[in-house]
Amino acid sequence: MNTENTFIIDGTPIPFEPNQTVLQAALEAGVFIPHLCFYPGLKPNGNCKLCTVVINGRHTSACTTPARAGIEVENNTPALNDKRRLLLQMLFVEGNHFCPGCEKSGNCQLQALAYDLEMMTPHFGHFFQNRKVDASHPDAFLDMNRCIACGLCVQASCEVDKKNIFAISGRGMASRVVINTPSGKLGDSDFALSDKAAGVCPVGAILPKRRGYAVPIGQRLYDNSPISSQTEFLTTRKA
Amino acid sequence: MSLVNSSAGEVLDPILERYARNPRHLMQILRETQERLDFIPAWAVDYLAKALALARTQVQAVIDFYAFFHDSPHGKYRIRFSDNVTDRMQGNAALLSRMLSRFGLAQGQVSGDGLVSIDTTSCTGMCDQGPALLINNYPIPRLSSQRIDKICELIKGRIPLTEWPAEFFRVEDNIHRRDVLLSTPMVNGQALKRAVELGPQGMLAEMKASNFRGRGGAGFTTAVKWEACKNAPGETRYIVCNADEGEPGTFKDRVLLASFSERVFEGMTIAGYVIGASKGLVYLRAEYRYMLEKLQATLEARRKANLLGKDILGQKGFDFDIEIHMGAGAYVCGEETALIESLEGKPGRPRIRPPFPVTHGYLGRPTVVNNVETLAKATLIAQNGGAWYQGLGTKLSTGTKLLSISGDCDRPGIYEYPFGVRIAKILEDCGARNAMAVQVGGASGTCLAQHEFGRKIAFEDVSTSGALMVFGDNRDMFEISRNFMHFFQHESCGFCTPCRVGTTLMCNTLDKIASGKGTAYEMNELSRLHQLLSTASHCGLGQSASRSVYDTLQKFRPSYDRRLKQKDFEPAFDLDAALAPAREIAERDDTDAHLGADL
Amino acid sequence: MLSPQETPKRKLRVATTSLSGCFGCHMSLMDLDENLLALVDLVEFDRSPVTDIKHCGPCDIGIIEGGVCNSENVHVLREFRSNCRTLIALGACAVNGGLPTLRNGLDVREVLREVYFEMPGVVSSTIPNDVELPLLLDKVRPINEVVRVDYFIPGCPPSRDAIFKFLTDLIAGRTPRLDYPQMRFD
Repeated sequence: MNTENTFIIDGTPIPFEPNQTVLQAALEAGVFIPHLCFYPGLKPNGNCKLCTVVINGRHTSACTTPARAGIEVENNTPALNDKRRLLLQMLFVEGNHFCPGCEKSGNCQLQALAYDLEMMTPHFGHFFQNRKVDASHPDAFLDMNRCIACGLCVQASCEVDKKNIFAISGRGMASRVVINTPSGKLGDSDFALSDKAAGVCPVGAILPKRRGYAVPIGQRLYDNSPISSQTEFLTTRKA
Repeated sequence: MSLVNSSAGEVLDPILERYARNPRHLMQILRETQERLDFIPAWAVDYLAKALALARTQVQAVIDFYAFFHDSPHGKYRIRFSDNVTDRMQGNAALLSRMLSRFGLAQGQVSGDGLVSIDTTSCTGMCDQGPALLINNYPIPRLSSQRIDKICELIKGRIPLTEWPAEFFRVEDNIHRRDVLLSTPMVNGQALKRAVELGPQGMLAEMKASNFRGRGGAGFTTAVKWEACKNAPGETRYIVCNADEGEPGTFKDRVLLASFSERVFEGMTIAGYVIGASKGLVYLRAEYRYMLEKLQATLEARRKANLLGKDILGQKGFDFDIEIHMGAGAYVCGEETALIESLEGKPGRPRIRPPFPVTHGYLGRPTVVNNVETLAKATLIAQNGGAWYQGLGTKLSTGTKLLSISGDCDRPGIYEYPFGVRIAKILEDCGARNAMAVQVGGASGTCLAQHEFGRKIAFEDVSTSGALMVFGDNRDMFEISRNFMHFFQHESCGFCTPCRVGTTLMCNTLDKIASGKGTAYEMNELSRLHQLLSTASHCGLGQSASRSVYDTLQKFRPSYDRRLKQKDFEPAFDLDAALAPAREIAERDDTDAHLGADL
Repeated sequence: MLSPQETPKRKLRVATTSLSGCFGCHMSLMDLDENLLALVDLVEFDRSPVTDIKHCGPCDIGIIEGGVCNSENVHVLREFRSNCRTLIALGACAVNGGLPTLRNGLDVREVLREVYFEMPGVVSSTIPNDVELPLLLDKVRPINEVVRVDYFIPGCPPSRDAIFKFLTDLIAGRTPRLDYPQMRFD
């Protein structure tokens, strides 16, 4: 292997192309690094921090770190997976995640990571925040109980759809997705199910109406094989 | 201000015109709108969004992000008590409740007649003359019961702020120790003249020779930063002065801007000259709004003296001017990339690095962001040379450092020391006779216990952005850390998971311990959360948010232990209180309608 | 004295209960079918819907289904915690409160008012206030927010395989661990 375009993750050489990040190169090489706020084709966000790795002794986000020849990346270690589990637990207690009643269950990236990292409990005291559900759009609904503020819908709508429908407003715990209409309602926007933004949500915050529970339990995306074994899907998926 | 007879345009167009309808100035436009209307109503959001060709959400996001913008009425008189730990030590809580009861208000509530609202805010930088408050963003330090009563009277009489006693608003410098920066007389233009004689390369060489390191806290070598920016590809460059002095306990930049602003502006001009920038921006924190007009006047005088503007000092092509950008209440904007976002008229969320500002900064152009003190001191290096400066302080930390000293000492204020000074010497000088701990570098800094008072202020030992808060042996270090943690929770920008959720979980855990429901379980939680926050957070805010908790857990453990229950677990909430609503509606108060403690 | 190689042969004593749950997790437990017989060789039941014993005595393992919704749930949960060496949260409601927490965004007084005064077809003039009735907590909580919990088995309900794997691990002295297909939040 050409060492000029190779770096190491947990002892495995990973080839990379110019301008790739550590996360992109790893996924393409079939090496899984947990992530939520990264979607192929969109600019890396770097906010969920699930892809935190250690490079040359420093913690950093794999999704925003450019791949460089020769760097050594610690990824699948008990210490890092412990931190990732903590981050998942934080997201689970911050929002209101009722998996048994959620249409995204079985296909949800947050849930899949929790399975893969063996998160048996949300552990922390729940925040039980009152969050809104917006059913004003004829074809889609927004359930803010499930939103993890990853910003993918904001990016997709702005960078790909050129509609700029979503934005993140507020600060700290009050950060939330808002809709760019005078009423603040999705139904008053030109959002369409064919938008990129309709398909990038890693959780069940943006979902089509009248299409719930379409795949039987046992046949859903993450029912039988862990997300960590689905790197090919994760790199090639299109909204 | 009545708007009954005026349209949105009549009010907002003059403001928009002042800023050339440039969306980059959104924060200034919103500030002026609020100064005119007392808050930013929905119709103004719509009008401004349209006029600036921004999405409505972009305007709303800025209002929502900054603590000092309001999209609903907050009263004609908006009062915010500074709530740094030093204000608390000076008794702000009693004064706050005194004022609340005078108006019959709860904290954060707006009075029914729309006259007044009273709340708290993060440290306003008046720690040496607290407790302090802000009224419509103007500071009133040295609060006392009498002063509070008088303020209440003036508000009830609806007296305009301009007619209030000037004494109320007097802010002292309180300089107690001067070294080279504070004692060297300043002749306007002299340092700049010298820099021009040296030429950009020559001046940069002097900076290199001085081995000067940035005074914002990180200690990056200033000449390296300037050179990287100077050499970065691109035509347009910027120099930014970071005057977002939000670190609790820090107020030395306030004094530099109040009494040494010529030095700061001249330092910026020198930096601009070296890196080839024609524009400088000062990011002034909202709490220092009261200095704006005076600083503008100083800039105007410098323009008249040809120290700013076109062909400065007659040097053909040496064009440089300075613009002041007001912040709006967000500590995170002290982080340089968040500050740049804010300068661009956006919420202050730190950017992803790399790229760094020296190559991709303000408007994507190469930008140097320097601390106020850093820029002021560049004038000394121009005047006296790098070799001279290099001889001051220690080998790795050359020169002097301004310290903002507050807390349990006789003479709080500003002290300029050569680097290498020991903590014990500082404590002696400021009259701290019974110090148990000092917090160096503000809430995000290091907590030192008595056995460490022999340590030195220097980048190679105890590094600091300039705050030193003294805590006497009667202070409760647990409560001090809890105050800091709440500060970080309030100031977390919300971008990354560990900081957004983690600061809240840290606060919940500390609050649980404070309420007497803590056990060894919570002590373990604090350590785990600290490990995550300090390593996985996106920026310095999250990375240092739990530092004081960690320090005090190591050094002042009994202040935690004495609050713990000798049980393995206790719920965070009060179970009996959780039954209260059901008791009320069922009209029950029998024994079975209550839940006792789990024994 | 047992030698280090031996494990105690005594049957472990197990108690189970459902707090604010739907008994679905207990149904899943019953669904163990023939494995139930294997389990009964290893354990004996104390308080449980299967024994009808009313109070929990000293036990090795306590299994809790359901979240904490009212004062009676608190009493039962405390009884289990103080009597059981190992306490297990079984199923979504015990683990994170589950669907009953959907009411957490509402004021419990409004909920009761709506149910007893305003629902169509309800003819009532009081909210039940008999001292025998447990009062509702203002919020439904997962059990680990009220007592210390040792283990968690997620799922709505957890599959019989998950329950069997977990309990046999625990009884054998292995740290319980679910295989991937057994790990479900729904």
